[in-house]
Order: sequence, then structure tokens, then C-alpha cells
Amino acid sequence: MSVPAAKTTRNKRLYLEDLTVSFDGFKALNNLSLYVEPGELLCIIGPNGAGKTTMMDVITGKTRPDTGSAWFGEDMDLLRLTEAEIAAGGIGRKFQKPTVFEELTVFENLELALAGKRSFWRMLRARISAAEQGRMRELLDIIGLAAHWNLPARILSHGQKQWLEIGMLLMQNPELLLVDEPVAGMTPQEIEYTAELLLSLEGEHSIVVVEHDMNFVRSIARRVAVLHEGQLLVEGDMAKVQKDARVKEVYLGV
Amino acid sequence: MKQRAWGVAGLVVLLALWLGFTARAQSTTDSSFLAVLGELREASYADKAEIVKKLGQTGHPNIHPVLTALLEDRLYYRNSDQKVLIAKAADQDPLILIDPLSLKSAGSAPADGFTKIGTNNALRRELRETVAQYALTSPDPAVRLDAVTEMLKSLDERTVALLRQRLPQEKNSRVKKEIETGLALAALDGSDAKGRLDAIDTLKKSLSQDVRNHLAGRLEKSPDGTYVENDARVRRAAAAAVSKIDEWRNVYSGAETLFFGLSLGSVLVLIAIGLAITFGVMGVINMAHGELMMLGAYTTYGVQVLMPGHAGMSILVAIPAAFLVAGVTGVLIERTVIRHLYGRPLETLLATFGVSLILQQGVRSIFTALNRSVVTPDWMSGSLQVNDALQITYNRLYVVIFTAIVFGTILVVMKRTRLGLDIRAVSQNRAMAKAMGIRTEWVDAMTFGLGSGIAGVAGVALSQLTNVGPNLGQSYIIDSFMVVVFGGVGNLWGCLIGGVWMGIANKLLEPYAGAVLAKIVVLVALILFIQIRPRGLFPQAGRAAEDK
Amino acid sequence: MLRPLQGIAGRERGDLWFLSVLALVVIGVPLFNQVVPASSPAHLSTYGITLIGKYLCYGLLALSVDLIWGYCGILSLGHAAFFSLGGYAMGMYLMRQIGPRGVYGNPVLPDFMVFLNWKSLPWFWYGFNHFAIAMLMVGLAPALLALIFGWFAFRSRVTGVYFAIITQALTYALMLAFFRNDMGFGGNNGFTDFKDILGFDLHTDGTHVVLAVISAIALGVSYVACRIVVESRAGRVIRAIREAESRTRFLGYPVESFKLWLFVFSAVLAAVAGALYVPQIGIINPSEFAPINSIEAVIWVAVGGRGTLYGAIAGAVLVNYAKTYLTGAFPEVWLYALGALFVLVTLFLPRGLAGLLPSREKRK
Repeated sequence: MSVPAAKTTRNKRLYLEDLTVSFDGFKALNNLSLYVEPGELLCIIGPNGAGKTTMMDVITGKTRPDTGSAWFGEDMDLLRLTEAEIAAGGIGRKFQKPTVFEELTVFENLELALAGKRSFWRMLRARISAAEQGRMRELLDIIGLAAHWNLPARILSHGQKQWLEIGMLLMQNPELLLVDEPVAGMTPQEIEYTAELLLSLEGEHSIVVVEHDMNFVRSIARRVAVLHEGQLLVEGDMAKVQKDARVKEVYLGV
Repeated sequence: MKQRAWGVAGLVVLLALWLGFTARAQSTTDSSFLAVLGELREASYADKAEIVKKLGQTGHPNIHPVLTALLEDRLYYRNSDQKVLIAKAADQDPLILIDPLSLKSAGSAPADGFTKIGTNNALRRELRETVAQYALTSPDPAVRLDAVTEMLKSLDERTVALLRQRLPQEKNSRVKKEIETGLALAALDGSDAKGRLDAIDTLKKSLSQDVRNHLAGRLEKSPDGTYVENDARVRRAAAAAVSKIDEWRNVYSGAETLFFGLSLGSVLVLIAIGLAITFGVMGVINMAHGELMMLGAYTTYGVQVLMPGHAGMSILVAIPAAFLVAGVTGVLIERTVIRHLYGRPLETLLATFGVSLILQQGVRSIFTALNRSVVTPDWMSGSLQVNDALQITYNRLYVVIFTAIVFGTILVVMKRTRLGLDIRAVSQNRAMAKAMGIRTEWVDAMTFGLGSGIAGVAGVALSQLTNVGPNLGQSYIIDSFMVVVFGGVGNLWGCLIGGVWMGIANKLLEPYAGAVLAKIVVLVALILFIQIRPRGLFPQAGRAAEDK
Repeated sequence: MLRPLQGIAGRERGDLWFLSVLALVVIGVPLFNQVVPASSPAHLSTYGITLIGKYLCYGLLALSVDLIWGYCGILSLGHAAFFSLGGYAMGMYLMRQIGPRGVYGNPVLPDFMVFLNWKSLPWFWYGFNHFAIAMLMVGLAPALLALIFGWFAFRSRVTGVYFAIITQALTYALMLAFFRNDMGFGGNNGFTDFKDILGFDLHTDGTHVVLAVISAIALGVSYVACRIVVESRAGRVIRAIREAESRTRFLGYPVESFKLWLFVFSAVLAAVAGALYVPQIGIINPSEFAPINSIEAVIWVAVGGRGTLYGAIAGAVLVNYAKTYLTGAFPEVWLYALGALFVLVTLFLPRGLAGLLPSREKRK
């Protein structure tokens, strides 16, 4: 895959250039190019089938594109690394369905996400250091579950489970967070809290959020990118995107 | 017109005369036959030998059965009217009688009204030869074939002469071939090298072990080191013939092994189909499956007890009966136990194991722990001797055919019936099927009933091959699990291929490793196979039951 | 090492109860057999000691099953295979100990080998006259089998019912193999007629008492070891694996490795149980490999309550007590009862008897 041109002057967190992915003739991604700035909160919207999930899959290494390049920072060629390597390299992905461990407590869920070598023997002897405890307490506050730390995750509400999962992602201190439809199924209060949560992470982490809920997008959007039929249709701030005629057409008046 | 009529009338008259003549001839033969037969009553043993010869000279077609009866101590005369009769079996009371002229049943009567016509050793020796001789001329080709085969076992001048005499008159090709073999075997020991070569030429197409050994005898060395056969050409020919025969015997032996493997595989397929269906649709491994099969086998036994003397009919009745019994039991199990454990396959496994224990113990209480044997109907007994090297037993053959029929039926049910459609829908996407209005609970019950019913039917088949006991299910359940795991869950064709393949593999290994070790090897090979294809030959697409 | 003890004394009341009962056994068995006179009704007979020892061994087997099933979700329907292998290893030692006191009087060859006209000891019997080597093999042989079998199975992601079925096939195959007379393991008669262990006569009460006490101690030590594993972070990973294997893998944990080591550890525990069982019962034969034994072990754990450790042991004792009683008083009934137990427990008591206890999840 090609090296992005003039990379020394660009300093993006994520470079996606001319990505094409086709499944049996159907082009999920069609020469998609997109950049993510360090520390920014980028929202990706677009109708179903626009290629949002496929794009995430390429970034995390789940799917390989037919052509194009994908770089994380200056030196991680995403197309050459395995999923595990990409995850270890600082890209965290949160899927649509919350997959926390319901039988374990909130605290134990976070503990599982602690960084470090994960062999059987290490895990037998592992103790949580003071520093790690501190971090976990911090995260519990951020995700709003400090009071629930000792309760099994199964009693959490849907929204709380999503936050827990974000918390688990954050344990690994990822540079780039990919968040796939986080507010689906949440109550309005939960949506509000999620927006606050994501905004608070901005700056320290680069975040890419894929969402359908326009109100939510509006509340967090700095930059919005619209995908359609595997391509970048338009990007900019919310106002610009909402006024764009092509976007209106594609969304049929959303 | 008139001329025609005269012609026809003339023909009719001629025909009548001819019939009358032969009838008279027959009745003359009959009466002389009976007369000579009557002389046997009071004669001494030496005289009996003479009378036997005289009997032969009458040329009556029934000489053979009568002499055989005499040889087997089955010839009696009735005290009241001195009439000579054949008995079906010796020393029975009452005697079942056969008329010597018609060979038809003549009723039965108490034994004390009859006197046996006795024989001594010398007479029996003579009789054996005579019987064999007349066997050769019996109207029944099967009898002739048996006679020739017997003669081949002890060829001497007399028998060779008899065979030679018979050959030009023999019309039946099988018997003829057998006679030629016999003559060739005799020629093998002849003094003329050309004769021996010709004999080998005839014999090399045979498949019989006896012939092969005879030929191998030509290659032996006498104690002093020289060859028994001094002509090198003959030796070469004999060696070639022996290896040819061995080759062909191996081929047929292999075919026989394949057949046994196929039959074992058929049984496995029958048992596994039911499992595959329930596992495929419901994700349920039914540990009581073997017991449902056992119930089918016991149903067969029960039907036979209720219909004594009608072995053939009882099997046909047993098939739907076993299906019902096992099927209903299956539905019961599903409704009471399995339904509540939906989505928990491991728990279902344990619960159904409990059910299997209960069923086993139940059967033990009702029928005792002893094995019961199920009678094989006549049309399923015996075997088809394809040639000297290949024997196909009828019961196994029928099981193979039966399996094919059942498999075909199930395929039709699954592909063409409403129930089959519902089952397939539920197994591929339960939620969607429910949304479409399919009563998934009912489908579950019916699926389980279907799978269990098939197990019952498998039990019927198994009852023909082995003894029926409470542990019958346990012997086959592990094998059937293996077939399902190998072939891929829920896939009928996988089941078929898996079962047949496992049966054949098992039988192929047996001569080398013994039955037990063969089983072990197959099990281990399967465990290794699972490593390569953890979901079997034909994995079920679209099922996320095991994915977490 | 304060934390593990904290783990035991702090939260799990069940642990305390269990270890206390075990301590009572350790004290009581010698007391009621050796000190209390035989005439007294409180005297513990040889039969009683053997029974207690047997239950303790079964408890250890149940513990091993609970470890992989209750905590990791790995259902093994062939764990009795490891139990039996351990038993056979001990049996081989005991057979060698018989020496010239056997029926045929051969100092080296056990009776069954003489009976089969064998001239020399097969190679895999070498060294079994040394206790240390035999004990090593008690652990090593099952561990190796578990390692190889588990490596293949877990590596190809064989799980759930598939795994259960092939473990059943494994123990079945072993049963067939050990039934063969030419395997060199005594064929269908197995090993019996043991004389002594480490010089101590196996027919005295004293030896039985010691064996029972050792079994109790082994059970206690194993229990503590299992508790440590289960309360460590590895234990939480294991429970995560039980709940959602792919997710755990996605978090970066080598799931296969966890399962494998747990499986091997569990196999060794089962083998130790078998090794302690044999000298107390006095016989081992290939029917120990029968699949029904493994499945019974599973039901002990299910009855007692999986995922608690003490539940498994309680279940083992309860069910076996019922079995001892029923097979003596109403033999016909036992299999019905066992079958019904399977059905009722899975339907109505998914968490076993321990699930009926009030749950205490207070922590730190």
C-alpha cells in the first residue's frame, strides 16, 4: 500500500485514502478518503448501507480493502497488521451491542480491561496496583458508575452497560476510539449523559462516532462527515452539512 | 371348414391317446415302484441293498427323496395296511407323513402305528452313493448342484465316472459348470501333462477355496525336495492360476467387507438421522435417543409376541408401531422436559441423560434385564451366495434397503411437506419463523417426535441384526453422536455420508485390528477430524447457537 | 499471602464451613476408630472409614469438575477417565508391591501377567515399584493426556456439546482399551488383591484411617488451591470465558491457553482423587472408565451447585450417600432416582442446592 504523500506535514491521527471494498460486485466502499485530526470528535452519518461499518472494519483490520491505504498516525500501516495488533496499537472499537460481562461486577469488568500481559500464569499472580486502582476509580467517575462498582453488570440499564463498555475501552487508553451507534436504545437522559461523556474525552483521545440519531449528533458534533454509497459526500460542521442539498436528497428531508 | 374340424379332432384324439399312454406308463411305473418299495419292509439288509438297486431301475422320478428318507431313517410303513410312507422328520410323535408317490402331505398320525424301515452301516454306505447318483438326476437343479458340490469334496473313480456320465445331459448352466470343475479337479491328478494343463485352464476361473487349494497342491514339494508336479509348464500354469484366484477372492472379500460396512453404516445412519434433526432444529442433544431406539426394538418384540407365527407380517406392523411408540415418547419428553430448557444445550444434555436412565430402568423392570430375541421372518433369513467368495446375508441387505427408503422418505418430508418447511424455517431463523406465524412450539414438539420416531424405526431394523436388551441404546449412542458430529449437525446428507463412512471404516479396520481396537481407532480418528473441521463435514450455516 | 486467606475467611462463608467440616473429619476419623473402643456404638468401623474415604475422593473429583464446568463452562463428560488413570497408576504401584506374595508367587510379574503367560514386565511398568515414580505418573500421565487432548480440542475451538461428546468418546475408547487383556493393565479384572502401601498393611484399620485422613488433607489443600485460582484475576478471566468466549478473546486474552491449563490442572486433581481411592477400595478395573461415572460426577456438581466449590463436594457426598443407601435398600430404585435427579435438578435447581442459600456478595 502506498505511503501517504507529504506525511510529515499532515500530522493526522488517521489517514484513509481511496479505499475501495467490494463484496461480490457490490461496492461497500468506493474510493473513500477521510482524515481524522488528533484529539477531534468526528461524527459519521449516512443512510444504511453507506459503508460506515465497513469503514470501521477496515480500520480495525477485520476487512481488507481491494485498493487504497489506511494509516494510523505516521507509522502504523493498518492494512498490514492483524486485528489484535491494531487493538494493541491504540485503536479501540465499541460495537453497537453492549458486550459487557454480565456475571462479573462493574469493577471486575474494568479489571479485565487493564493493560498488561495476559497470560494464564500472569493472571494468577496479578494484583491491582495503587496506580491502577486510581485509574479505575477515575474511570468509574467518568462513566458515572462509581456507586455501582460492586454490582454485577447484569443489573445495569442498557445505557449504563454502554458506558461500562466505553469505560473498558478507555482502560486501554486508546488514542483512537471508534464508537458505533452508542445511543441506540437509550433513554433521553442517558443520551444526554453519553454526549457529555464523549465530549469530555475529546482532546485526550480522537473519537469517531457513527450515529443515526440527529439530535445526538447535533449535540456533540464538531465535524460531521456524511457517507453515501461508500464515498464521502460532504463534510464540515453541522450547519454546513444540514444545509447541503445533496445531503437533503440522500436523507429525504431529515 | 370341415377339413379343419377333422384335423382338430384328430389332434385331440392323438393328444388324449398320448396323455393316456403316459398316464398308463406313469401308473405302471408308479405301481412297480410301489411294489418294489413294499419289498423293503421285511427284507434283510443284504436283500435291501438289492431292492435299492431294483428301485433305481424303475426309473421313477421319486427315487431320490425316497432313498434319502431311507438313509435318514425316515422311511416307515403303516402297520395297518403295510403302506410305505415317508416321514418329515425321524422319531417324531406324531409323525408328519408324506406320500412317496405325490410327495405331498399325507396327514399325521401317532408313531406307534408305524414301523421304521431300518438300515445298517453297509447299507447306508451304499445308499449314500446311490442317493448321490440319483441326486444328480433329480429334477430340482438345487438338489443336483448340492450333489455335485458334495462329490467334489471326495472325488474318486466312481464319482468321476458319474459326473462324466451326467455332463452331456446336464442343461442347467450352474450345475454344468460345477461338473466341469469336478472333472477338471480329477484331471489335475491325471498322468497326462496336457490333460493337467487343460484342467488348470478350466479351473483358473473358479473362485472356490477348495479349487485354489487343489491347485496349490500342484506346487508342493515332497519330503525329498522334488516337486510333486514334475512338469515345469504345469507348475507355472498352476502358480498363475493360484495367484489369479487369490486376486479375485480378495476383490470379492473386499466387496463383502464393504457390504458389511455399508450395513453397519446403514444402522448408524438410521440412528443418527433422528439425532441430526433434533440437534439441527432445536440445538438439543438428546442423550435418551438410544433408549428411544431401544423402545422401537422392544415394540418389535412386543408385536411379535402379539402376533405369533406371523414373523413377516409382524415386522411390517412393527415399523409404524415402533414409530408411534418412540415418537409419542419423544413428544412427551419434549413437552415435559426439553421445552423448559430451551437455549441451554448442556442442561438439556444432562436432563435427557436422566430420562435415558429412567427409560432403561423402566424397560428392565417390565421386561427383565435379559435379552429378548426377535424372530427374523423367512424372507429375510439366509443369504445370497453371489459366488464362492461373496455371500450377502438377506437381513443386512434388507436393512440397507430399508435405510435408503427411510432416508428418502425423510428427505421428501423435509423438502416437500408443510411440516418439513416449518422445521427448516425454525432451524434457520426461529424469530423470523415465529413472526411469520409458524407455531414454533408445535414445530419443536413435532420435530422431536419425528426424530424420536425415526429412532424407533431404527430399533426395528436393529432387532433383526442383534439381540434386544435394555442396554441396546447405550451400545450405539456414542457411535451415533460421532456420526452427527462428523457429518455436521442438522445436515441429512452429512449424516448419510458420515454414517456410511464410519461403518465402512470400522469394518475395514476390523480384520487388522479386531473389533474393539477398530472402534477405538475410529473414535480417535474422529476426534482428530474434529480438529480440522470442528463443525463437521457440512456445517450448519446461519446458526449462532454456539457463538458467544 | 494474606489476600488469599482474606478471600476465604472474608466472603465465602461456605469456605469456612467446608474447611471446618474437613477439620472435623481429620480429627474425628482417627478418634472414633482408634481411640473409641470397638464395643462402643460410636465406634467407626472399617466400613465406615472406607466409606468416608471414598466420599472424600469423590469430593475431590467433583471439585475438579466444578473447576472447569462451574467456573469456565467446560462440560467434560469423561473426567472419570483422569480419575481412573490416576487410580491405575496407583494400582500399578500396589501390584508391584505384592511381589512374591501373589497367587503365582512371581516376585516381579503380577498374577494376571503370569496367567497370560507373559515372560517379562512390559516397559511401561518399569519404575512402578518405586513410590515416587508411581506418584509422579499419577500426575503426569493424566496431565499429558489432558494437555494433548485439550490442546487439540480448544485450539480448534471445539466447545459446548461438541466438546462434551468427544470427552465422552474419549473415556469410552479408554474403557474399551483397558478392557483388553493384552494391554497389560489386567484386562477386565483390573488390579486387586493389594497387600500393602509403603510397607503398611492395607488390611488394617490404622492404614485406612491414615489414608482417609490423607484424602481429607488432599481435598482441603486442593480446595484452597482452587479457591486461590478462582479468586485471582485469572479466575475472573475464566468466568468471562464462560460467559462470552469471543468477547474475552477480543479483549486480548489467550482463551485457549487459559482453558488448557485449567483443564490440565483439573485432570491432575481428578487423578489424585483416583489414586487415593484405589488403596482404600482395594480394586480398580476398566469399568471405572465407563461414561456413566463421568456423568454421575457431573450430576454431583449440579446437585450441589456449580461455581461454588463447596457445593460440588457437598453434592458428591449427598448423592453418593443416597446411592449407597438406595443400592443397599432398594436397588431397583437407584437408577430411577438418579435419572429423576438429573431431570429435576436441571429443571428446578439450576444453581443446585447452593443456589438455595442466601447469596452474599458483599465485598471489600
